[in-house]
Amino acid sequence: MKTLMGYIAGLLFGLGLALAGMTDPARVLGFLDLFGAWDPTLMFVLGGAVVTTFIGYRIVFRQETPLIGETFQLPTRQDLDARLIGGAALFGIGWGLSGYCPGPAIASIAGLTAPLFAMLVAMVAGWFLARAIPARS
Amino acid sequence: MDWIASLQGLVGGVMIGLSAVWLMATLGRIAGISGIVGGLVTILPRGDSAWRLAFVLGLVSGPLLLMLLGGGLGNVAGAPGEVVGQPAGGVGLMLVAGLLVGVGTGLGSGCTSGHGVCGLARLSPRSLVATLTFLACAIVTVYIVRHVIGGGA
Repeated sequence: MKTLMGYIAGLLFGLGLALAGMTDPARVLGFLDLFGAWDPTLMFVLGGAVVTTFIGYRIVFRQETPLIGETFQLPTRQDLDARLIGGAALFGIGWGLSGYCPGPAIASIAGLTAPLFAMLVAMVAGWFLARAIPARS
Repeated sequence: MDWIASLQGLVGGVMIGLSAVWLMATLGRIAGISGIVGGLVTILPRGDSAWRLAFVLGLVSGPLLLMLLGGGLGNVAGAPGEVVGQPAGGVGLMLVAGLLVGVGTGLGSGCTSGHGVCGLARLSPRSLVATLTFLACAIVTVYIVRHVIGGGA
């Protein structure tokens, strides 16, 4: 049952990305290129997603627990640290170079190319590397 | 402005939001791709991997479904009928970009979905700072690549 719920969530996410054109790096880079032929599509995607989630979460959190599972697993940290900001900065550079963030990169496997394959392999290597960098206590 | 592309973006965005709400309502989880997939491949958490793998399969089958339907619902810039666009560079560039995206989202505990969608919807200050940071860095990177190095191409 848990697996089916996960699949449905992934399918909705993948359909949303494809319908939105986020599986096209040119659209993403076009949005980030404020000083070129600006493509506003990503703004509508992020806006639609955030507003829907904002409203939906408020309805969901009226329940004590999720449908399956004991608790809502939410991050509780509020502090800002170098790991968060430095990580976000590195991610931003990689995103700006490729036009791929993790979701669209994985969703685009349906149209796999050699550069995309390289992107995915390096991304997984990066996740392992990040785990090897210890958090300063 | 291409209103059809924007409208598809809005509808797609709402679907991404519904996915996030669905995952929270059913499993109590944040729909962050780097968290779900990064956790799956690096830890393979016992009893917590099957739904992650199913999520990835769903994520890939979404675009695949649109392709099987003939591609008319795709939204690739300047390429009607396409669902997945071409990469912006070759293997070398993507190796560098992929490593940065992996390390960055690993260290920063999230990407466009976890921080940008779910975090902003929860009004999390950490996610707001992360989102502004990666957006700013991505905009500066594109500016340098296209307008400083690329000469405005």
